[in-house]
Amino acid sequence: MKKDFTGIYKSLGAVILGLIAGGILMAAIGANPFKGFLYLFMGGIQSIERIGNVFATATTLILTGLSVAFAFRTGLFNIGAAGQMLIGGLCATIIGLSFNDLPRVILLVVMFLAALLGGAIWGIIPGLLKARFNVHEVVATIMMNWIAYWVVYYVIKNNFTAGLETESASIPAVAQLRIPWLTELLNGSYLNLGIVIAVAAVIVIKFILDRTTLGYELKAVGYNRHASRFAGIKVNRSIILSMMIAGGLAGLAGLTYYTGYSINIQIGKLPTQGFDGIAVALLGATSPWGVFFSATFFGLLHAGKGFMSANTSVPPQISDTIIAIIIYFTATSLFIENIVKKLRNKRAERKALKAAGASTSPPAAKPGSDDNTKPGGDEQ
Amino acid sequence: MEYIVEMLGIRKEFPGVLANDNVTVQLKKGEILALLGENGAGKSTLMSILFGLFHMDKGKIKIRGKEVRINNPNDANALGIGMVHQHFQLVETFTVTENIIMGVEDGFVLDRKKAGKRIKELSEQYGLNINPDEIIEDISVGMQQRVEILKMLYRNAEVLIFDEPTAVLTPQEIHELMEIMRNLIKEGKSIILITHKLKEIKEIADRCTVIRRGKVIGTVEVNSTSTQQMADMMVGREVSFTVDKKAKEAGEVVLEIDGLNVLNNRKTLGLKDFTLQVRRGEIVGVAGVEGNGQTELVEAVTGLRKIESGSVSILGQDTARYSVRKKNEAGIAHIPEDRQKFGLVMEYTLAENFVLKSYYHPPYSNFKLLNKDIMNEHAEKLIKDFDVRAGQGSKSPAKALSGGNQQKAILGREIDLDTDLLIAVQPTRGLDVGAIEYIHKRLVEQRDSGKAVLLVSLELDEIMDLSDRIAVINSGELIDLVINDDSVNEYDIGLMMAGVKRGDEQ
Repeated sequence: MKKDFTGIYKSLGAVILGLIAGGILMAAIGANPFKGFLYLFMGGIQSIERIGNVFATATTLILTGLSVAFAFRTGLFNIGAAGQMLIGGLCATIIGLSFNDLPRVILLVVMFLAALLGGAIWGIIPGLLKARFNVHEVVATIMMNWIAYWVVYYVIKNNFTAGLETESASIPAVAQLRIPWLTELLNGSYLNLGIVIAVAAVIVIKFILDRTTLGYELKAVGYNRHASRFAGIKVNRSIILSMMIAGGLAGLAGLTYYTGYSINIQIGKLPTQGFDGIAVALLGATSPWGVFFSATFFGLLHAGKGFMSANTSVPPQISDTIIAIIIYFTATSLFIENIVKKLRNKRAERKALKAAGASTSPPAAKPGSDDNTKPGGDEQ
Repeated sequence: MEYIVEMLGIRKEFPGVLANDNVTVQLKKGEILALLGENGAGKSTLMSILFGLFHMDKGKIKIRGKEVRINNPNDANALGIGMVHQHFQLVETFTVTENIIMGVEDGFVLDRKKAGKRIKELSEQYGLNINPDEIIEDISVGMQQRVEILKMLYRNAEVLIFDEPTAVLTPQEIHELMEIMRNLIKEGKSIILITHKLKEIKEIADRCTVIRRGKVIGTVEVNSTSTQQMADMMVGREVSFTVDKKAKEAGEVVLEIDGLNVLNNRKTLGLKDFTLQVRRGEIVGVAGVEGNGQTELVEAVTGLRKIESGSVSILGQDTARYSVRKKNEAGIAHIPEDRQKFGLVMEYTLAENFVLKSYYHPPYSNFKLLNKDIMNEHAEKLIKDFDVRAGQGSKSPAKALSGGNQQKAILGREIDLDTDLLIAVQPTRGLDVGAIEYIHKRLVEQRDSGKAVLLVSLELDEIMDLSDRIAVINSGELIDLVINDDSVNEYDIGLMMAGVKRGDEQ
C-alpha cells in the first residue's frame, strides 16, 4: 500500500527550521552554534546511560502525546492530559504505598490498572459534559486539571507524606517500574518498564485506529458528526469513549512518570508533560508512530540540554526555545505547505506552457500587458 | 452597439484549479446576457471578480469603454455594478428600508422617511410592489429577493448581476421575476444572469455565453439557438433530456406515514398531521418551496429528528421510536440533501465511505475488526458499477472527488444497501446535465425493480419528470396528492406550492 508521507515531510521541515532558528539564537548570544548542537546531541547519545535517559524522558511524553493525538484524531482537543496524568500517578502511588506487601507482579498490574482507570475517569467526565450538555472539552479538561491538582494536594498532604511536606513518601522498590538489572545494564539510567508500556500503547492505539470498527466509528465522528449520525453511529457514546481512552493513556503516563522516572509525587505541581503532549502530538502529525518519534526527539533535547549548558556558554533555555520554535513551525505548517504547493504549481504550469509552445492560439487580450493584481504573475 | 461591461482575457487561478482561463465576456447596454455553465465551470468566480470579491491574475475590465480597477465591492458599486446574491444578504429583523439604506446612510441621523419615499418611488417605477416598512422576516422569499434588487437600484446600479436567482422561487415567483427583469431593461439597465437553467435563458436572455471548465466555449444569440444546442455546448457532448419511464402498476405499501407531527428548529410544528404512502414500484415526488417541511419530513422518517406524534411504518413495522441504525436496518436507504455534511466523511477514502452504513457487520468486519481487502474490493465494484471517477480508485479521499462523483458514490452506496425504500433528497442539486441524466436513470431503474422511491426536490421539473405521484407540501402540510399524468401542469402545482388548494381558486 502506498503511504502518505506529507505528515513526515512537514514534521521534518519544522524540526529543521526549528534547529536553524535555534542556531541563529545561539549565534546571537555569541556562542558557536555548531559546538552548541554538538554538545546538545552528545548530551543525549554519548553514553548508554544518556541514551537510556532519552527514552526514559520520552516514555511519559509518548503516552501524553498519544493521549492528545488520539483525542485529536477523533475530533476532540484534550488539554487535560496533565490532570489525567496526575490522577493516574496518584492512584498508582496510593496503591504502591499502601499494598507493597503484595507480590511484585500483582502489585504492578494493580497499579497499572489503577492508573489507567483513574486517568480514564478524569477523561470521561469532560466527555460526558460534552455529550450531555455540549460543554466544550477544552474548558472542561482545563477545569479538571485544577481539580486534579488540588485533589493530589489534599490527598498526598494529609495521608502520604514522609519527611517533606511537599511530596509523597518515596515509593518502595517493589512498587517501582525500575528494574535493577536494566538500571545496572544502562549504568544507572532512569529507563524503566514504562517504555514497554509506552511502545505497547503505540501499537495498540495504532491497531484500534486503523483496523477496528471502534476506530472507524471514532474517527468518523471526529471528522464529521453529521454523517456519522446519518450512518447510525452513536455520536455521544463515541465522544465519551474517546475521552475515556485518551484519559486512560494520560493516566498511564502518570504511572510511568511518578513510579518510574521519579519515585514520588510532588504536590502543587501540574506536570508539564501533559502540555508537552500537545506539542508531541502536533509534531507527530497525530499518528501513533509519529508520536513515538517526536517524543523521542523531545526526550533527546531535554536530556541533552544540561550537557550543552555545562560545556558551552549556551543556556539550557535555548533547548526549550528550539522546542517552542519547532512547535510554531508545526502549527503553521499549513502555511509552509501552501507555499510549496504554489511553487510546484507554477513550475508545472511553466512546463505545460513550454510544451504547448507556439501552437496555442493567441488570446483575446495580450497576456501580461496588464498584470494589475499579483506581483510576479506567472509569465516568463 | 457599445459594450457597457467588458471582461477581457480574464485569468484566475486557485491553488490547483484554473477557475477562469482567458475568459472574455462582453455585455451590451440594455441587454440580458446569460452566463451558462455547469457547477464549477467558473461563472461565479468570474462575476465575483467583476464585483471586486476576487482579484484576477491576468486580464482587464472595461466599463463603458474605460479600463478600471475593481478592488472591492465598494469600487463595483461606485461603477454602477450591483449583484443579487444567491443567498440574500439581509438582516431579518430590520425593515425593508433599513436593509436597503444600510451602508449608504446619509449623515449621522437616519432619515428613514426620505429613504422610504425614494424606495417607494423606485418600487413603483420598476413594478416591484414592495412596502418599505415591512420587516424582512415577515415577507416571502420572492419579496426578499426584490429587496435585494431594490438595494442595487437604490445605489444607482446600471448593471445588475443575478446569481442563480430562481433557485429559491416558486414557478409563479419566477414568472414575476422575469417580468421585473424586463422592466429593468425597459428602464435602461443591463443584466448578467448566471444560471444553469436553459428554460429561463430561452425565455428571457438576449445572448448567452457558455463557459465550460473555466473557458468560454462560445457566445450565441438565444433566439437562433435551441436549448439542446446550448446544453450540448455546456456539457461538451450530446445530452438527453427526456427520462425514459414506462407506466407501471404500484405494488404493496412500503412506507406509510400517518398523522406525523414534527418540530422544526424553531420549536414550532414544521410538519403538521402529515399522511402519505409510498408503494413498491412507484416514485412519489414531494414538491414544495424550500423550507416548507421537507427537511423535517425526511429527518423524521430517517430517524434524524424526533417525532412528536404520528407513525412511520416500513412494511407494516412501526419505526417511529427506532434509532437511526434500526431504521436503516428496517429498510431505508437515504440520499441526503447535503451530500458533504451528511452523505460522506470527506476525509475518508471511498472504500471507507462505501461501508459507512455497513462497516459493523460481515463481510466488512468480523469480530469488530475491519476487513480492508473486502472493503477495497467492494469499493472497486461500486466505482465501476456507478461510474464514479476518482483519481486513486478506492483509496481516493471523498474530498478529492467532484460534486457529481461524490453524489454518484452516495447513490451507489445507498442503492447497494438494497433496501425496500429509497429516499432521495435533492439528488441532483448543483450537478451538471450529464450527471443529472445518469442519476435520474438510476432512480427510475430502482422504481422499475420494485423499490419504493420517495423523491424530495425543489426542482419542479425533476419532480414532474420522475414522479408517478406528486405530493405538494406547504408550511408543513400536505396540500394535495396528485397522479402525475398529462392533465397535471406546472402552473397548478406551482399554485399548490404557494398553499392554494384545488377549488380555492376564484
